[in-house]
Amino acid sequence: MSEPGVAEGKPVTLLPQRPFPKSVSPESRVSRRTSRRTRWDLLGVHLGLLCVCAGLLLPFLWMLSTSLKTVTQTTETPPRFVPHPVQPRNYLTIFNYPNFDMITLTRNTLVIALLTVIGSTLSSAIVAYGFARITFPGRGVLFVIMLATIMIPFPVVMVSTFRIFRWMDGVSAAWFGPDNWLQMLGTFKPLWLPAWFGSAFNIFLLRQFFITVPRELSEAARIDGCSEIMIFSRIILPLAKPALAVVALFSFLNVWNDFLGPLVYIQRPRQYTLALGLQSLQNQHGGSQWHLLMAASVLVCLPTLLLFFLAQRTFIRGIATTGGK
Amino acid sequence: MTRQSRNNLFKGMGFISPWLVGFAIFTAIPMALSLYYSFCDYALTSPTHAPLWIGLENYRLLLRDALFWKSLRNTMYYASMALPAGMLVSLGLALMLNAPIRGVAFYRAMVFLPSLVPTVASAMIWLWMFNGRLGLFNFMLGKIGVDGPDWLDERWAMPSLALMSVWGVGNTVIIYLAGLQDVPKELLEAAELDGAGRWRRLISVVLPILTPVIFFNLVMAIIGTFSILIIPYIMTQGGPNNATYFYTMFNYDQAFRFLHMGYAAALAWIQLGIILALTGVAFWSARKWVHYE
Repeated sequence: MSEPGVAEGKPVTLLPQRPFPKSVSPESRVSRRTSRRTRWDLLGVHLGLLCVCAGLLLPFLWMLSTSLKTVTQTTETPPRFVPHPVQPRNYLTIFNYPNFDMITLTRNTLVIALLTVIGSTLSSAIVAYGFARITFPGRGVLFVIMLATIMIPFPVVMVSTFRIFRWMDGVSAAWFGPDNWLQMLGTFKPLWLPAWFGSAFNIFLLRQFFITVPRELSEAARIDGCSEIMIFSRIILPLAKPALAVVALFSFLNVWNDFLGPLVYIQRPRQYTLALGLQSLQNQHGGSQWHLLMAASVLVCLPTLLLFFLAQRTFIRGIATTGGK
Repeated sequence: MTRQSRNNLFKGMGFISPWLVGFAIFTAIPMALSLYYSFCDYALTSPTHAPLWIGLENYRLLLRDALFWKSLRNTMYYASMALPAGMLVSLGLALMLNAPIRGVAFYRAMVFLPSLVPTVASAMIWLWMFNGRLGLFNFMLGKIGVDGPDWLDERWAMPSLALMSVWGVGNTVIIYLAGLQDVPKELLEAAELDGAGRWRRLISVVLPILTPVIFFNLVMAIIGTFSILIIPYIMTQGGPNNATYFYTMFNYDQAFRFLHMGYAAALAWIQLGIILALTGVAFWSARKWVHYE
C-alpha cells in the first residue's frame, strides 16, 4: 500500500507538481484557442503571488533584520533594512540574558510538549478506533457530542476548568497531605493531563483515517483469534503511521504555540514556557530593546519553521483533512 | 439486545472510555459548574469563598455594565473587519495557488509559513512593525510621502489588528486548496466546451462545489474571531482607552484579576450563546447556499 492519504481525499502537496498538464489532447481545440490568453492570465497570477508572498515575508525579514542590529540602529530614523554593521552577538546575549533563561524555558516547553504529544496521540488513537471500527448502540450520538466540543472555545471553559483543578487539589490534600504527587496547580499537570483523555480534533482526524482501512483485515484477524486490542495495536496502528504523524505534529505545534494555557496555570518564572518567557521579556523592557526581543522571537519561531521544512507533506495532509469531509 | 451487540457495546465503550472520562472531567462538569456559578455571587476575594445563589443578578448587572457593552461592541467591530477580510483573502489566495503555474509549491509554502509562528512571537513582530516612530509601516509610507499614524492608537488599533489577522490565513488557504482538488476535471472541461470563460467557470462550477468547504471555514472563523484574546492581551492590553478591549479579555480579567468567578461564568455563557447563535445562523443559511452532492 502506498502512503494512504488521510480520509479518501487526495493529499495536497507543497512539493512540485507537474506544472502543466502533460499533454493537450488533440480534441480540445478550445484549449488551444484560449492558450495565448491563458498564458497571460497565468503570468498575472505569478505576479500577484509574488507580491502577496513578498508582503507575507516582510514581517519575517524585518524581524531577522532587527535581530542583527545594534541598539542604536533600531532607533534610527529612517530605519535601514539591511543592518550595518551586522551584530549577530544579539543571539548570544539573549541566550545568557537574566530572566530569560533560554535553556530552562526550552526544557519546560519541551517537557509539556512531549507529555502532551504522547498522551494525545495514544489516547486519541484508542478512542478513534472505538468510534471507527466497533459498531455499538449510541455511537452516533456520542460522536456528534464529541464533534460539538470542538466548537467550545477554551476561554469559555478556562475558568471552571481552573476551579476543577483547584477542587482536585483540595481532595488530594485531604487524603495525602499537602504538596503530594497528585498536586495539580503549580505543576505542569493542568497543561498536559487533559491531553491523555484524547482531544476531539485528533480523534476526528484519526477516525477519518481508520474507517478507510478495509474491514476484511479486521475480520481475517478476528478469525485467526486476535482480540480487539491486538487488532488495534498490531494491524490498525502500524497502518496508521502517517495519520499518527499528523496528529503528533499538530499536538506539538499547539503546545509550542500555546500562550493562554501557561498564562492561566503557571505563576513561577522558573516554570515559564518559551511563550511566557518571551512575553515577560517584552514586559521588562517596555519596548526599548527591540534587537534582543526580535532575536528571541527568531529563536522561538525557529523550531516550528524547521519542523515545517522537514515535514511539509505531513503538515499539508493534516490540514487538508480538517477541511471536513 | 443480542449477545453480540452487548459484547460490542462493552468493547466500544472500553475504547472510547478515555474520552468519556475526559469529557466528563474537563468539559461537562466544568460547564455545568460554570452555569451554576453564573447564578451565584462567587468572589474569591470574599472571606467565605463559597458560591451564594443570587439568581439572575449577574446577568442583570452585566447588562448595565458599560465595559461589557464596550467589549462586545469592540469584538463585533473587529469581527466585521477580520471575518470578511480573512474569508476573501484566503479564498482568493487558494484560487491563485490552484493555478497550474511553475513554482506553485514555493508559493504555497510561503503563504502557509506565517501560520506557523507562535502567537506571542507574531505579536512581538507586529508590535514592532506597527511602531509609530520606528516601525516598518510608517517607514514605507514615508517613502511614498504619507505621514503614517501611530498604528496602535485609539482609532487605528482595531483595523491594525484585523490586518494582522489576515497574515495568518495560511491554514484556511490549505483547507480551500484541498477542496479545490475535488472539483471534477470533467465538469470544468464540459463548461469550457460550452464556451464558459474563466470567470464563468469559477462562479458557476468551482464556487458551488466549494461551498461546503467555505461553510466549514466560515464556522471555524466565527468561533476563532469571537475567542480572540492573546494578540490584544500582549499587544495593546486592551488599550488605548479600551479601544481594543475584547470580550474574552473582559472575561479573563473578571476571572483571574478580580476573581469574580460568578460574573466571569455569566460572561462565558453569554459568549457561548453568541457563538452558538452565530453558527446557528450560518447553519440555517447554509441550506440556501451550501451544495452537498
